[in-house]
This record gives sequence, C-alpha cells and structure tokens, in this order.
Amino acid sequence: MSSEGGATGYIVHHLTPLSVGEGFWALHLDTLFFSAVLGAAFILFFKNAAEKATTGVPGLTQNIAEMLIEFVDQQVKDTFHGKSKLIAPLGLTIFCWVLLWNTMDVIPVDLLGLIGSVMGIEYLRVVPSTDLNATFALSISVFILIIFYSIKIKGVFGFAKELTCTPFGPWMMPFNLLLKIVEEIAKPISLALRLFGNLYAGELIFILIALLPAFIQPLLSFPWAIFHLLIIVLQAFIFMVLTIVYLSMAHEDH
Amino acid sequence: MSINATLIGQMITFTLLVWFTMKYVWPPLIEALEARKQKISEGLIAAEKGQEDVKLAEKRAIKYLKEAKAESANIIALAQKRANDVVAESKQTAKVEGEKLIEAAKAQINQEIQQAKESLRKEVSSLALKAAEQILQEEVDKAKHKELINKVSEQL
Repeated sequence: MSSEGGATGYIVHHLTPLSVGEGFWALHLDTLFFSAVLGAAFILFFKNAAEKATTGVPGLTQNIAEMLIEFVDQQVKDTFHGKSKLIAPLGLTIFCWVLLWNTMDVIPVDLLGLIGSVMGIEYLRVVPSTDLNATFALSISVFILIIFYSIKIKGVFGFAKELTCTPFGPWMMPFNLLLKIVEEIAKPISLALRLFGNLYAGELIFILIALLPAFIQPLLSFPWAIFHLLIIVLQAFIFMVLTIVYLSMAHEDH
Repeated sequence: MSINATLIGQMITFTLLVWFTMKYVWPPLIEALEARKQKISEGLIAAEKGQEDVKLAEKRAIKYLKEAKAESANIIALAQKRANDVVAESKQTAKVEGEKLIEAAKAQINQEIQQAKESLRKEVSSLALKAAEQILQEEVDKAKHKELINKVSEQL
C-alpha cells in the first residue's frame, strides 16, 4: 500500500494527510472532508429531532437527542451560573462533533484507506482529531470566545485590570501580566493538544497492531478498541466540560 | 505535523455548526423538554386533585347517606305516631258513636214506655168506665160525664 517499504513506511503513510497546496496555505482535504461530513451528520440528526420535537411521547431520534441535550444542559447548569444562549449549544456541538471525530478511530485502520486507494486517493487520514489543525481550530475558536466574553462582561478596563492586577496586586504588574498570558494561552493549547495526543496515540497503536501477524491482531486490537471507546467519549466530554468551565470563568466578575 | 490553512477551514465549519445548533437545534428541543416537564407536572397535580376530589365525594356521599338514614328514621317515627293517633281517634269516635246509639235506644225505649203507659191508661180508664157503668147499672150520660171521665183518665 505504501510507496516506501517496511513498517516505517506503513506508519508514515497512515499518518500523512491528503493535502493540496504548499506551506501555510496547504489544505488537509481529508480532515476538512470528514469533519464536514460528520458535522453534517450531526446537524441532520439534530435538525430532524428538532423538527419532529413533540411534548408528547418522544420517538427514538428525539430520545437520543434529548438525552444528549439534557446531559449537556446539566453540565452547563452545574458549572455556569449566568445566562447565555451560546454556551449550551456550543457545548453540545463540541461534544457531538468531537465524539463523531473520535469514533472514526474505531473504523479499521486500513479500511477507508483501501477504499481511498481504489478511488485513486493515495493518502487518507480519516480521524480529524489526529490532525492538529482540527483540534486547534476548536480550541482557538473557544479561546476567541473566552477573550470576547471576558471583554464583554468585564469591559476592556476590567479585563485589563484582571490581567495586570491579579494574583499579586498592582505592584507586581509585569509579572502578573506574564502569568496571566501564560494562563490564558495555556487554555487553548492544552485543550487542543490533549485531544490530539490521546487520539493520535490511539490511532498509532492501532497502526502498530495492524503491523503484527494477522493471528495476534484481534487479541490486541479488540481490547484496545474497547479501551479506546472509553477514551473517545472521555476526550469529547473533557473538551466540552473544559470549554464550559473556561467560558464560565470568563463570565465571572471579580 | 504542520499548522496550515486547514485550521481556518475547520474554524469556519465549527462556527457554522455552532451557529446552526444555536439557532435551529437547541431552542426547539429544549422547549419541547420544558413543555413536557410542564405537562407532566400539571398532570401529576391534576391526578392529585382528582384523588382529593374522590375523597371529598366519598365523604359527602357518607354524609348524605347518614342524613337520609336519619330522615327515614324520622319519617318512620312520625308515621308510627300518626298511626297511633288515628287509632286513638277512631276509638274515641267509636265510643262517642256507641254512646249516641245507646242514647237513641234509651230514648226509643222511653217513648215506647210512654206509649204503653198511654194505651194502658186508656184501657184502664175505659175498663174503669165500664166497671162503673156496671156498678151503677144505669146508663151514664156520656156527654154529661165526659168531663169527669177525662179528669179521671188524666189522673191515671
């Protein structure tokens, strides 16, 4: 399957995205395509549920949608004590989208690649969360919202004051500012890298298992897939909860 | 691993997804949930009220039953009293009627006695007259002695 031979070639091939363009303006078509398809699936499912939403006995679609919505709503209510039309839908979108991304990981590693190569696509990386661009796109969007709400709730002056005068008072202003900047920047970076790292490592282990002799593979890939199911849900959940926590921190006025 | 324009594309997709969820997905579903919650709580309240009503109705039924029993007892007592009265009254009436009858019988008996006395008197007077005629053995002028005879018969 690989143009280069051997195990290294196989791994590199699996971790190389399908891209067009050079340098910064390169686009990872596989990431864009799969995340858009999964996003569309998410939207269609929930739109369908929303259109058929009834106050009577709910159908299967509505039941699933309502379970997810109540789950997210509960998380938001537990953490966030203000009123915001954005945070709960944002949390739902993040949770479902990331969950769908991660779920792509349990599809056998070579299956979609094989289909792709039949269609003439040489490189295909199907899990969007193993692309830093995808995870950073989410976390940077969240970061922008954090900054936006910080300024909106506290005002420019209030936000500046928080950045410079905490935690050590106005006499330690440069040190405070440095600490605060690190603290704020750490939020999107940790969000993105946590998700990326977990899923990248998981995918890598699936690839390594796929290199082993065929009769050992199921013995290893089956338990790992079960374990990975936990990671898939957990990482989606962590991303959502941390987003809610960060945004409620941005809403808190000291 | 490189950060590139994919990031921007992903951010646009993400923004669109969040916007769509916020606008078209979240509100109707959360509204349906709230409405159902409302409906269920209303239903529970209504059920509770219904049970309360049943209890009240039972109480009222028992009360009505008691009242009806008391009233019927009352009516029976009244009827009994009335029957007694009627019996007593008719006894009284019968007594009065009997007395009247006795009275009437007595009156008749008296009358008959009087009549008998009268006829006896007449008979006695005529007998006395005949006896006197015979005793005197002479014809008595009836017209002459009529006054005397009448006097005697009145005295009888």
